[in-house]
Amino acid sequence: MKDNKMVAMILAGGRGSRLFELTKKVAKPAVYFGGKYRIIDFPLSNCANSDIDIVGVLTQYESVLLNSYVARDQRWGLDAKDSGVFVLPPRETDESGFEKYRGTADAITQNIDFLDQMEAEYVLILSGDHIYKMDYSAMLEYHKQKEADATIAVLEVSMKEASRFGIMNTDKDDLIIEFEEKPKNPKSNLASMGIYIFNYKALRKYLINDMKNENSSHDFGNDIIPTYINDNKKLAAYRFKGYWKDVGTIDSLWEGNMDILKADSGLDLNDPKWKIYTEDVNSIPQYIGEEAKVSNSYINQGSIIEGSVEHSVIFSDTLIEKGAKVIDSVIMPGVKIKSNAVINRCIVASDVEIGEGVIVGNSKSEHIELVAKSILEG
Amino acid sequence: MLDALGIVNIEDNDVKVYGLQDYRPLSAISIFGRYRLIDFTLSNYTNSEISEIHVYCKEKPRSLVEHLGTGLHYNINSKKGKLKILFGEDYSSKLYNTDIENFIRNMVYIEECDKEYVVLAPTYMVYRTNFKDVLNSHIESGNDISVLYKSVDSAKDEFIGCDCLTFNKDKRIIGIEKNRGRYKSRIISLEAYVMKRELFIQLVKDAAKVSSLYWFKDILNDSLDKYKVGGYSVKNNVSCINNIKAYYDTNMKYCSKAGVGLLRNDSWPIHTMTNDSAPTVYGENSKIKNCIIANGCKIDGTVENCVVGRNVTIKKGAVVKDCVLLHNVTVNEDVTIERIIVDKGAIISNVKELICKEEIPAYVKRRDRI
Repeated sequence: MKDNKMVAMILAGGRGSRLFELTKKVAKPAVYFGGKYRIIDFPLSNCANSDIDIVGVLTQYESVLLNSYVARDQRWGLDAKDSGVFVLPPRETDESGFEKYRGTADAITQNIDFLDQMEAEYVLILSGDHIYKMDYSAMLEYHKQKEADATIAVLEVSMKEASRFGIMNTDKDDLIIEFEEKPKNPKSNLASMGIYIFNYKALRKYLINDMKNENSSHDFGNDIIPTYINDNKKLAAYRFKGYWKDVGTIDSLWEGNMDILKADSGLDLNDPKWKIYTEDVNSIPQYIGEEAKVSNSYINQGSIIEGSVEHSVIFSDTLIEKGAKVIDSVIMPGVKIKSNAVINRCIVASDVEIGEGVIVGNSKSEHIELVAKSILEG
Repeated sequence: MLDALGIVNIEDNDVKVYGLQDYRPLSAISIFGRYRLIDFTLSNYTNSEISEIHVYCKEKPRSLVEHLGTGLHYNINSKKGKLKILFGEDYSSKLYNTDIENFIRNMVYIEECDKEYVVLAPTYMVYRTNFKDVLNSHIESGNDISVLYKSVDSAKDEFIGCDCLTFNKDKRIIGIEKNRGRYKSRIISLEAYVMKRELFIQLVKDAAKVSSLYWFKDILNDSLDKYKVGGYSVKNNVSCINNIKAYYDTNMKYCSKAGVGLLRNDSWPIHTMTNDSAPTVYGENSKIKNCIIANGCKIDGTVENCVVGRNVTIKKGAVVKDCVLLHNVTVNEDVTIERIIVDKGAIISNVKELICKEEIPAYVKRRDRI
């Protein structure tokens, strides 16, 4: 048993509607990323690698796949005694009727009994839709060292970008004095990463008060954090250095995948000290054919490549036939690309088939094209 | 669930894959980049719904034990299924370390088992077969023992030292002799057998009484008059890995579009232990032609006609042709290697060329530095 019990709660209920068909039947955290993974593998693997034993995953939107996916806790090595992944969709309880999660804070409030039962001393709030590698145990050390009531992980962004984020304004000791959501004229460039550590005892009171507040949207960023600031609670900013990306749109999902191909992006998925764990599928090794051309790409097992693949990320069990060209694209599992088809600047969703000679996407397009349905003739 | 105990047998001392076998039992030798030999035998068992499995290990069990683990990845049910790793425990002499010796020492587990039948197969024959069909055919035939076999036309070059079978017109096996490579067409025994568990126990005990050096195949040969021994023909492709050249050739045989087609079969997956490697990354300078490549590799050189294991690094300017590279091998900048089997963890750098022109490919030792 650990000295300090920090329980991680991953918010994974969001739809991610800007990913369109990719989230039609699965929640955003279950969307594929990086040739082999799903987005939620990142926070889950971070938890496992940070020696956190108990992880709650709060699901709501299209949760069937996600629930069974995360519940297989041995995938992340979270299956030892006194550890586990707990799937927490909204539920009917003795005290209240059945209510869906009304916001990020409400999702935690509705699971106060779970946190009580786990005897949580600290609660780590995470979102299930960001790509990054982070040692939460170092953040907890910082939180304790600062003797803070809450610690928020922040990322230094450019001043230009700052107006797209929730911005933390801090004093010289990196204590937070003000929070502004998407400010027009940002005063600082410290963007909230949506990663919080709270002392559970105090948070518990705040959550219960927030639940009773009819004017609240029950959200951490909009309600809980501002209340903490108003009450002069000690909020520390924890500066994170490294790769972090919100992959909430088709363009940013594509960019995140392409970042793996850059040697200097800071996103090394094969670091033996910080592996990203995932479901391991039963595929054969990949086969690169006689006439294939493969360069600057990331290819997963089970794929058979006979055409040309350039600057692309190819998931498992895809088939790229002779003469087909895949350029600057992300090809999800089970896709078939027939001979002489050309794919340029696309994300091709799983199990889609692209017919012979079909041309999709454009090397000069501003946005990335999502191909979610088979195109057999073009 | 099949009413049979699946036994993974050890190979006799004539089967020797030079080099590779110095570090691990034959069953744990890696093949096709991603698998170990035993994966094929175990997948045949579990895909046939054999749920109780005994794996015998002749020597150096470490890598095999690590690879098998709880057996969960082979789809062995964690409650109803059983996986036991067994060994003779007496290593005083290789000569005495026969399969019969191993069975005798573990007889209690074979007797304890409540399955009616026994299926027995070694790991050095690589093929797919459904033991449900084998068992049904065995029961229908009224045989006491059924021997799996493959009719081949390549017995002059392959399957040397394997048993070959002679049938009479009633489809009963009347003779077993060694394949010395004299004839092209032969009926090769896959040394895989199906029989009632009671009969198996009887034969093992009989063998131990005859000679301390007896193998199961010897007592079978002695029993052809006493019992009705028939055959089951395996239609699928069979590879026999009984020496280093056969190991190399089998890897190369599967390293083609047709070969990969043999591996890929959704209804008959080959299960193996996975290790969370990331996908393979290909650099800007990579030129790849006709290769089987496992996950976790970093490739920026030229690679042709190769089987590449997990986490292999091939750097810029390196040229690798007709090679089998095991896990964690590194080929550094501007090195050219040809027709070489490179064992796990070896690093090749600071040499310009390492080219083998012999019929038998060269072998670079485990964790060696060249």
